[in-house]
Amino acid sequence: MSLDLKVDGQSEDRAEGYAQGILGTPMDRPDGEAKVTGAATYAADEVPEGCLVGMLVRAPGHGRIEVLNLDEVRNSDGVRAVIRDPRMIRNAAQGTANQAPVQGVDKADYIGQPVALVVAESFETARHAAHSLKLRTDGSPGIVNPEDAEPEGEPDTTTGDLDGAMSSAAHSVDVIYTTASSVSAAMEPHATLAWWDGDRLTVRSALQMLKYNRNELADSLEIDPENVRLLAPFVGGGFGSKLGISADAVAAAIAAKELGRPVQVVQHRRQVFETVTRRSETRQRIRLAADAEGRLSGIGHESLVSNLPGEGFAEPVAQATHFAYGGAHRVIGERLARLNRPAAGSVRAPGEAVGVTAFECAMDELASDVGIDPVELRLRNIPDKDPESGIPFSSHMLERSLREGAERFGWAARDVAPRARREGEWWIGTGMAAAFRVNLMMEAEARIALSPEGAVVETDMTDIGTGTYAILTQIAGEALGLPADRVEVRLGDTTFPPGSGSGGSFGAATTGNAVWLAAQEIRQAIAQRMNCDEADLTLKDGTAICGNESRPIAELLDGGSLNGHGHVTAGDAFSDVRQSTFGAHFAEVAVNDVTGEVRVRRMQGTFACGRILNEKTARSQCHGGMTWGIGMALTEGLTHDRRDGHIVNRDFAEYHMAVNADVPPLDVHLLEERDPWSGPLQAKGLGELGICGAGAAVLNAVHHACGVRVRDMPATPDRVLAGLE
Amino acid sequence: MKITLTINKHAQTVDVDPRVSLLDALRGELGLTGSKKGCDHGQCGACTVLVNGRRINSCLSLAVMHDGDEVTTVEGLANGELSPLQAAFVEHDGFQCGFCTPGQLCSATGMLGELEDGWPSHASDSLEGGYELTEEELSERMSGNLCRCSCYPGINAAIRQAAEKDGAA
Ligand code: FES
Ligand code: FES
Repeated sequence: MSLDLKVDGQSEDRAEGYAQGILGTPMDRPDGEAKVTGAATYAADEVPEGCLVGMLVRAPGHGRIEVLNLDEVRNSDGVRAVIRDPRMIRNAAQGTANQAPVQGVDKADYIGQPVALVVAESFETARHAAHSLKLRTDGSPGIVNPEDAEPEGEPDTTTGDLDGAMSSAAHSVDVIYTTASSVSAAMEPHATLAWWDGDRLTVRSALQMLKYNRNELADSLEIDPENVRLLAPFVGGGFGSKLGISADAVAAAIAAKELGRPVQVVQHRRQVFETVTRRSETRQRIRLAADAEGRLSGIGHESLVSNLPGEGFAEPVAQATHFAYGGAHRVIGERLARLNRPAAGSVRAPGEAVGVTAFECAMDELASDVGIDPVELRLRNIPDKDPESGIPFSSHMLERSLREGAERFGWAARDVAPRARREGEWWIGTGMAAAFRVNLMMEAEARIALSPEGAVVETDMTDIGTGTYAILTQIAGEALGLPADRVEVRLGDTTFPPGSGSGGSFGAATTGNAVWLAAQEIRQAIAQRMNCDEADLTLKDGTAICGNESRPIAELLDGGSLNGHGHVTAGDAFSDVRQSTFGAHFAEVAVNDVTGEVRVRRMQGTFACGRILNEKTARSQCHGGMTWGIGMALTEGLTHDRRDGHIVNRDFAEYHMAVNADVPPLDVHLLEERDPWSGPLQAKGLGELGICGAGAAVLNAVHHACGVRVRDMPATPDRVLAGLE
Repeated sequence: MKITLTINKHAQTVDVDPRVSLLDALRGELGLTGSKKGCDHGQCGACTVLVNGRRINSCLSLAVMHDGDEVTTVEGLANGELSPLQAAFVEHDGFQCGFCTPGQLCSATGMLGELEDGWPSHASDSLEGGYELTEEELSERMSGNLCRCSCYPGINAAIRQAAEKDGAA
C-alpha cells in the first residue's frame, strides 16, 4: 500500500497537534558521532581487496586528441590499462538530466576535459603514469569569451514600455553588474568506487540525486538501470556540483568491467575545478524606473550567461526578479553565449545567488538616488500579488523579515550619508538587501517499517550536510510518537524508494513529506487496531492513546511490524499560487582607505522558510549561505584565460573562499511560519536562501562605508581602491 | 620501505612505496580513512593529523619521513567516549557534511596546545606568549582548515566550549 499525495491545494497542519515534540527542535544530528570520529564513510573511504586505482587525464588543449606514447605508458610497471572509451563523459551531467551528458574522448571541447583513464595497481603509479601520458591537440580554442559570442535566447518577459518608463521616471538607474564564474568547491572531491557482479554494477560515488544519477550512469554505459545500484550514505558537500554523475563514475565503471576488478577513481582537486559544472559568469544590465517616492514603474533585468555547446542549462539569473517587486513595464530574461570553457551548471541557488545579489545592489543605488532609506524602498515596492502572472503569493514574509532584521541589527542607528564613520585607516558602513528564492517541490517516495524496536525509514535521498538524517528522524518520530533514538534513517541507496535527491532546496520538504505520508499510513493502521478514528489518535513515546485507552505500540504490533509507504508530487499548489521564501540581510563592513581591503564585521540574516524542521541544522545552513555571500562579494571568482578559456586558478590557493578569519559573528533569525500551500509539513526550502542577496548587503555596506560602488564582483582590493580617491 | 609508526597509541609497521604521503599511508595501508583528502596540496586542512603532538597537513609529508613518530588521527581522539571537543562539535553543529571535520578536530586539538605553549599567530599583539583565546586568535589559528559548508560559527563555539572545560582558556 501507499499513501499518495499530489499537492494541489492547502494542507492541514497536523503536526501542530502531535505529542512527541521533536519536530523543529534543535536536536543534534544522529549522524554526528560518526562524523566526529571518522567513522562516516564517504565515496573514497571504502577500498576492497584487489581494488585498482584510476586517474583521469585532462586535455591540454582543444580539438582532436592524439596520444603519443600510449603503448609505452600502457606497458609500464604496475599499469593495468589506459582507457579511452567513447562512453566516457565530457563533463558532469546537469541536475535532473536523467540521461548521459555529452560523451567522447576523441576531441576536447574545453581544456581540462577528461580524455583518458590510467588504471594502475596503486595511486602513486596511476598518478605517475597519468602525468607521463603525452597528448597532442590540434584544434583552435574557438570562442571562449562571452562578448565574442552571438548569444542565444530572448527575454522571457516583455511587458509595457520600459524605455518610456525610464525616460519619464523621476528617478532611474541603468547599470551593468558582472559576477565572476565560480565553483561549488565541496570539500569532498568527486570520487567513485565501482565493481561488477556479472552484469550488475555497484557504485559508491559522491552524488546528490541518486534516482537520476542511476539513469545517467546506465544511459552512459548503455545498460539497464535495473542493473545499477548506487550508494552514497555520506556525501561531503554538494552545492550543485554532485547533482549529476561526474566523469569518475563512468570511467570507473568502464574500467572495472574491462579489468574484472573493483576500480576507484578519485578526481584530483584541480580536476574537480574543470570537469564539474561551474556557475556561469554573468553580465547583468539592470534598469529601474521609479517615481519621486521610489515606487517602481519599470524593471529591466537582462543577463548574458554562458555554457558549453550541447549543455541545456542557462543560469536563470532573473528567476526571482519576475516576482520580487512590482512595476508595470518589464524586460526580464537571459541570453546564453556558447563558449568552449568548462561546462556551467547549478551551483547553490542557481539564478538567485547572482541575480538577487546584483539586483539588490541596484536597488541600493536607487535608494541613494531617491534619497530614502534602502529598507523603506523595499517596503514601498512589495507587490500584493505576483506582478507578472497575477496569482497570489502563498505567503509573503518580506516585510516582516525586513522589519525584524533591521531591529535586530540596529539599522535605525545608521548615518544616512556614506563616508560618515571612520576608525583610523578604516571606513565603516552598513548595508542591507532583501532575499528571495523560489520554493520548489519534486517527486519523492519513502517507506517506514515500524517494529517493536522502533521505526526504520528508507529512501534513496542523500544527506549532503543538509541535515537529512536529522530531519527525517524528527518527522518520523513526531508522526509515530517515537523518541529520536528509536528511529533509524537509512539513506543513499538506490534499492530504497526513490526520494527527491538533494538540490534546489527542495529535498527537506519533498522527501520529508514522503516520510510524513508513510507515517500517516502507519498511523491509520494503528488507529484501526485501536478501533478509533486516526484523527483522535495520540502517539507518544511508543504508546498509542485514544480516548481513555492507552496501549504500547509494541503490543499493538503483536510481534509483527507495520509498513508505510509515502509518495508525494507537486501539483496545482505550485502553479495556482506563487511560492517563495523571503528574507533580509544586513552587514557591517570596514574598508581600508589605504589598501582597499574589505573586512566584514558582522552580519544579520532573517529568513522565512515555512516550518523549520530542525532549528540547529537550519541555522547552520543559513550560516553557510551567508558565508558564501561574503565570498561572492569579496573574493571568489574563477579566472578564465582569455586566449583559451582554461581556468587559471583551479585550486584552493588561488580560488579564494571565505575562511574562518573572514567570517564575522553571524546572527541568524528564523521566522516562525507555516505555509499551508507547501505540503502537509508546511515547510519550505532554506539551504539556498541564505546566499541570495547576502553579497549585496556586503557590497552596499562597502558603498555606505567609503562611497565606492563596485559593480564587478568580487570586490577585490584593487577594484575598491580604484574607486577610492 | 619499512617504517614503524605509533598510531593512536599503537605501534604499527608498514611497508610503503617511498612516494606515499603520510595521508595516503594512513588511509590506504593502515585503513584509517577518517583523515580526508580535500586537495592533496596543503591548501584545505582536511588531512590534518597530529605528529608528535603537532598538527600537520599529512598530504604534504611523506610517510617514510615519519619512522618512529607518534601520530594521532581523528580515530584516536575518542577514548571510549567522545572527547569534550568532539562532543562540543556535535552539540554546536560544528559541521554539516562532516568532510572537513576530522581535520578541524585534529587542528583544534593542536591549536589549543600551541596557544598554551605561547606560540604567536598573525593575530597576536606581541611575540611574548601568554595569549588568550580571543575571537581573532581562534579564527586566525583555525584558518588553515577550510569548511565549504561554512560551519565556522559552530566550529568556533565548539572549540571555545572545549577549551573552557579544559581550563585552557
Ligand atoms: S588534503 Fe592536505 S591540505 Fe588538503
Ligand atoms: S562540514 Fe562540510 S566542509 Fe566542513
